[in-house]
Amino acid sequence: MSAPTQHFVELRSVTKRFGDNVVLKSVDLTVDEHEVICLIGASGSGKSTLLRCVNLLEKVEEGTIAVDGQTITNGKVDINALRRKIGIVFQAYNLFPHMTVMENVTLAPRKVRDLSKHSAEEEASELLGRIGLLDKRDEYPDRLSGGQQQRVAIVRALAMNPKLMLLDEVTSALDPQLVSEVLNLIRQLAGSGMTMMIATHEMSFAREVADKVCFLDAGVILEEGAPREIFSSPREERTREFLARIIEAGRL
Amino acid sequence: MRRVLDAFFSPHAFRQSLPDVWAGFQLNIKLMVVAEILVLALALGIAIVRGLPGRPAGPLRALAVVYTDFFRGTPLIIVAFMIGLGVPGLRIHPISYQSNFVYGVAALTLVYTAYVTEVYRAGIESVHGSQRMAARSLGLTYGQAMRYVVLPQAVRRVVPPLLNDFVGLQKDTAIIGTIGVIEAQQQAQNFASSFFNFTGYLVAAVFFIFMTIPLARFTDHLVAQRERRERALAI
Repeated sequence: MSAPTQHFVELRSVTKRFGDNVVLKSVDLTVDEHEVICLIGASGSGKSTLLRCVNLLEKVEEGTIAVDGQTITNGKVDINALRRKIGIVFQAYNLFPHMTVMENVTLAPRKVRDLSKHSAEEEASELLGRIGLLDKRDEYPDRLSGGQQQRVAIVRALAMNPKLMLLDEVTSALDPQLVSEVLNLIRQLAGSGMTMMIATHEMSFAREVADKVCFLDAGVILEEGAPREIFSSPREERTREFLARIIEAGRL
Repeated sequence: MRRVLDAFFSPHAFRQSLPDVWAGFQLNIKLMVVAEILVLALALGIAIVRGLPGRPAGPLRALAVVYTDFFRGTPLIIVAFMIGLGVPGLRIHPISYQSNFVYGVAALTLVYTAYVTEVYRAGIESVHGSQRMAARSLGLTYGQAMRYVVLPQAVRRVVPPLLNDFVGLQKDTAIIGTIGVIEAQQQAQNFASSFFNFTGYLVAAVFFIFMTIPLARFTDHLVAQRERRERALAI
């Protein structure tokens, strides 16, 4: 359906306020199919809010967002249908604590995609097997490590066969030794051609996996470009300051 | 001293009043079971209505608030009189031609549903918003997120306070005696006025105590179990 020149996600002068606080200021951004975009910037710079606007967890007051050729900000879109196309994974995993791993992963496929229990579990087993957690299928989330929980959360989103994945600082709550198992999974996803928008503090990961890096500062995309440009020769003073602080903290 | 023992703790009167009071207490149990089932279902419905989002649901939400405010604030005995004595006088078919048992169940249900609605509501609000957000972002509708994600967690959390309210409901079935349901308390009263001996009340009290103690211990058990689990989680 979509013309070859069309972007998969397109934000046009998107502004988002919480009361008097302007969180996003006239943001323009495009994401093409199979592209991986990393959003970097300090906490509170608007990365999470930007992701949440794309699947309408946040309402946009000004500007337009289009996903898959469809404008989603005019209030006419079927929100549930939109969210079926878009998987999101949160910093705090947000698994359902009263459900087993298998139930967490199969809930939406069964209720939203109308799969039978049997075929939903078959698909879920395949996905869980791929991340090496099939033996945890009947465990409750509180019996899993943070890294395992986050991988289950990613698989739960993937079970809806999304066309776009939004990852909101998915490794920020993890112990350092658990970060790599989650990053490896995201790397595989990127390799398989999944379109992704990733808010992250893992700069070396962003450099490696991103097709485009956007530096957000106070609700504005101050600088965007290929990872090599942003990390090696940033044009903006604020970007340089931010990266210098990251290097100082030993995270690049 | 002797008179006190005779009036309240006479073994002879205990045996004598036991069959009638027991017959009455079976009505208390019936009142309790029927009312509890109705309360559990209705209160859940009203709690959900109170939490409905959006402007169109405004009048419904307001209605639910008025209902809970009114019946939580009104003493059960007043509600029981209004229904048990007032409704039959209206001569409206069919509501004015029901048994006193039905009026008793209605009064208990109206009052306790208001309490239990608040308990459920507290449970629903205690489920973190991120759970609902996670469910909605998987494409589940509001109703589905409620049914599969929020309510199961909410109900689990409020089981101890719910059971606590049911201990209250069990005891308050005695008030329904005042509108002509011949339950344990009424039987004891009849016994007292016939023989000028109050041991029948003691018999009724013993029955009530034996009903509530298991429920209270079960509640303690659930609370302790949850504390153990939460401590295990914190480690």
